[in-house]
Amino acid sequence: MNPAPPLLSVRKLRVSFRDEHGHGAEAVKGISFDIPAGKTVALVGESGSGKSVTAMAITRLLPEHGCHIDPGSEILFDGRNLLTASRRELRCLRGGDIAMVFQEPMSSLNPVFSVGEQIIETLMLHTGVGRKAAQQRALALLQEVGLPAPERKMRSYPHQLSGGQQQRVMIAMAIACEPKLLIADEPTTALDVTIQQQILQLLTTLQQKHGMAVLFISHDLELVGQFADEVVVMHHGSIHEHAPVQQIFEAPQDAYTKALLRCRPHLDRRPARLPVIRDFLGDSCHFEPPQRERGYQAEDRVILEVQDLCVDYHSRHGWFGRHSQRAVDGVSFRLMRGRTLGIVGESGSGKSTLGLALMRLQQASAGRVLFEGEDMLTLTPRQLRAYKRRIQIVFQNPYASLNPRCSVAQILTEPMLLHGIGCDAEERLQLAGDWLEHVGLPRKALAKYPHEFSGGQRQRIAIARCLTMHPEILICDESVSALDVSVQAQVLNLLQSLQDELGLSYLFISHDLAVVKHLSDQVLVMQQGRCVELADADTLYAAPQHPYTRQLLDAIPQGWPHCIRSRPA
Amino acid sequence: MLAYIVRRVWQMVPTLFGVMLLLFVLFNWVGGDPSYILAGKNLSAEALAGIRQQLGLDLPLPQQFLIFVKQVLTLDFGTSWSTQQPVSTLLHSRIGPSLLLTGSILLLGTVLAIGIAALVAYLRGSLTDRLVTLIATCAMSVSALVYIIAGQYWLAFKGGWFPIMGWSDSTLDNLLHYLPLPLLLGVIVGLAPDIRFYRSCFVEELGHDYVRTARAKGLSEPVIMLKHVLRNAMIPVVTSLMMSLPYLMMGAMLLETFFGIPGMGKEVVMAVERSDFPVIKAITIYIALATMLFNLLTDIIYKLIDPRVQLH
Repeated sequence: MNPAPPLLSVRKLRVSFRDEHGHGAEAVKGISFDIPAGKTVALVGESGSGKSVTAMAITRLLPEHGCHIDPGSEILFDGRNLLTASRRELRCLRGGDIAMVFQEPMSSLNPVFSVGEQIIETLMLHTGVGRKAAQQRALALLQEVGLPAPERKMRSYPHQLSGGQQQRVMIAMAIACEPKLLIADEPTTALDVTIQQQILQLLTTLQQKHGMAVLFISHDLELVGQFADEVVVMHHGSIHEHAPVQQIFEAPQDAYTKALLRCRPHLDRRPARLPVIRDFLGDSCHFEPPQRERGYQAEDRVILEVQDLCVDYHSRHGWFGRHSQRAVDGVSFRLMRGRTLGIVGESGSGKSTLGLALMRLQQASAGRVLFEGEDMLTLTPRQLRAYKRRIQIVFQNPYASLNPRCSVAQILTEPMLLHGIGCDAEERLQLAGDWLEHVGLPRKALAKYPHEFSGGQRQRIAIARCLTMHPEILICDESVSALDVSVQAQVLNLLQSLQDELGLSYLFISHDLAVVKHLSDQVLVMQQGRCVELADADTLYAAPQHPYTRQLLDAIPQGWPHCIRSRPA
Repeated sequence: MLAYIVRRVWQMVPTLFGVMLLLFVLFNWVGGDPSYILAGKNLSAEALAGIRQQLGLDLPLPQQFLIFVKQVLTLDFGTSWSTQQPVSTLLHSRIGPSLLLTGSILLLGTVLAIGIAALVAYLRGSLTDRLVTLIATCAMSVSALVYIIAGQYWLAFKGGWFPIMGWSDSTLDNLLHYLPLPLLLGVIVGLAPDIRFYRSCFVEELGHDYVRTARAKGLSEPVIMLKHVLRNAMIPVVTSLMMSLPYLMMGAMLLETFFGIPGMGKEVVMAVERSDFPVIKAITIYIALATMLFNLLTDIIYKLIDPRVQLH
């Protein structure tokens, strides 16, 4: 059989960016690949590997200033070179034949227009139908992507929907005009694991139903194993491996591909240290580290005991009413010194509120928080100061939680100044430098500002800031969720080595059960503010008692063998 | 929404009471004895007592305050001390020209500034953008007085395109004849800083992800700019607009004085010069009320523009 020409073919694509000083940096270094009609091709790589730039180059959405596409490059779509197409042609293609779904559904939808209006707009633009017909079609689309109560959702605004629902709306908008190619740029990265599975299933179903080709971009190789036909692995702007999905998982050729496959925490193994990319790329031969035993031991001492903690949120409602909602409902647990308690749950389960309440950043409405026997909730602000130093928190978003106007030195020395650590500025600076080196950053980073660092490096700075106060308990609130799997492995290793060395106790809050299992001795599963299961990590994962725990466990990408089972025939 | 408005209006009562108390205290302890001013050269003790009695200044203070409260509640501030006209009649005849001037400056200035700002934001980084920014910066650095005097000299006196000053009783005559020059100058003075601020609002919005989505949908740049970006950019624009209203009133006062327009601004200046307390009291109360209403209006407009705003 004569193979049909590919729907899209990228030929020797070179893209470079020029900063304001005129320094050029090549983001994509002459890559070529094809997307056959009706097939799914996954583009996998870390942040900065050039995968998103490639996607944006296909739709010509790269910024016009400072971005240069090499004239020798070609992107052929249905035989037409997109790089030489006119603006008019491009406008017809975008949203018509080529549609996109982006990573952040919340910010990708226009906040001030209703969901229905945003879909109707696309339909009227490309299909030329009237408003009434477009309205009906939009309603059908919302039904198709599985949005509950679509009539009501048509009139809703993006902020009234959950993250998963927003992404469904983005998908409805993308498939509105029956595109031949759907580009999905990290469409599930910002979502909870269970929602991620639902969205992936939706994409797979839609792809088969409409016979679209899909270019799926992700940093998570395991994730794409579930439905990609071909995988393209990118690193530093070039393609490292391009093969059918089976070969990628069963016989990966490239060291980098192997590294990506190994650095994600797994449910069935718990190495003392996670392998990182460098282990595979360097000269040093990679060896499997010993497995680590987890669980609370009889001789462990309690450092933090929480009894029936409740947190309520209040809001005004109607004429005189006050509306209150219980975010945390009677949660109790014990944290042992030098151990990790994992707290698992989806968005809105109250796990972050719980962390904030322990820090007294959010007022608890009932219950007791005993730090070595002292109830922290009844302390006066003055008495609390000493305890504040001993319990610290690392937040999820390393981009938003560091003040962009402060240098790293200021970020690290300010808490020391507040708590009277170090006798003068010079000593504090010295200490700050020591802690930076401790978390794996050079001392000269002190003079830099947060925006000069990558996400993983910023999270290291946030950890160093907590460490300057010599805390005994560290609350990690989704601290690795915003990071690529490869960087996530590095930060998890850092957290582990700090615990071993300094005897820290962790409260590790995450929606990712594999990550929690890797780090935790005991795990608490939260749903709608309540604790539904609390057990030793190994017990909980081996024999989950609550259906919700089982549901969460089923949602984790579990590698190729599992993928083969779950893949549609 | 209705519950919110009722609650906000209810909250205005104590605010207004505070304004009245402050006003009363200032008039009685800081303002001096108005009977001296009114008596003029005729400073006999009987004359002063007569004036005091006539104005109600001999009554005990609580009673005077009660009278003031009654005046505010009925919006009847008695008669002007200097012209003997009822204050309400006086203000009624002055409010028209003022509203015409400030309203037209506000409307024209805002529409122009938003239009130009959207254009230069779209062309950001180009020569046009830089040129407009440069001109705006220079224009901002010149005092408003220079524009008024230069305008009156070159455009009205030398050019003869406009009357130098004046106002008529016919609205049509005012619109065609007397309004254009002060309107033009008022708009020019406000335009430069507004363009710069609105441009930065637009540029910031253009960096958001939803703009990329709009482009990925295949929308054309004008539609993206005027539909998707404009409505989002209106949020900071409305804030700045509402905050600039007091300055606009002040600017109008200046224009009214220079162009001989019989508006509120001119009346305030005259009332202060003559220590015409009833007029000053009335204007202060009206401005306080207007400020509170504008604040409420701003919050409601926010809600209309941005569905994420929660009115509590």
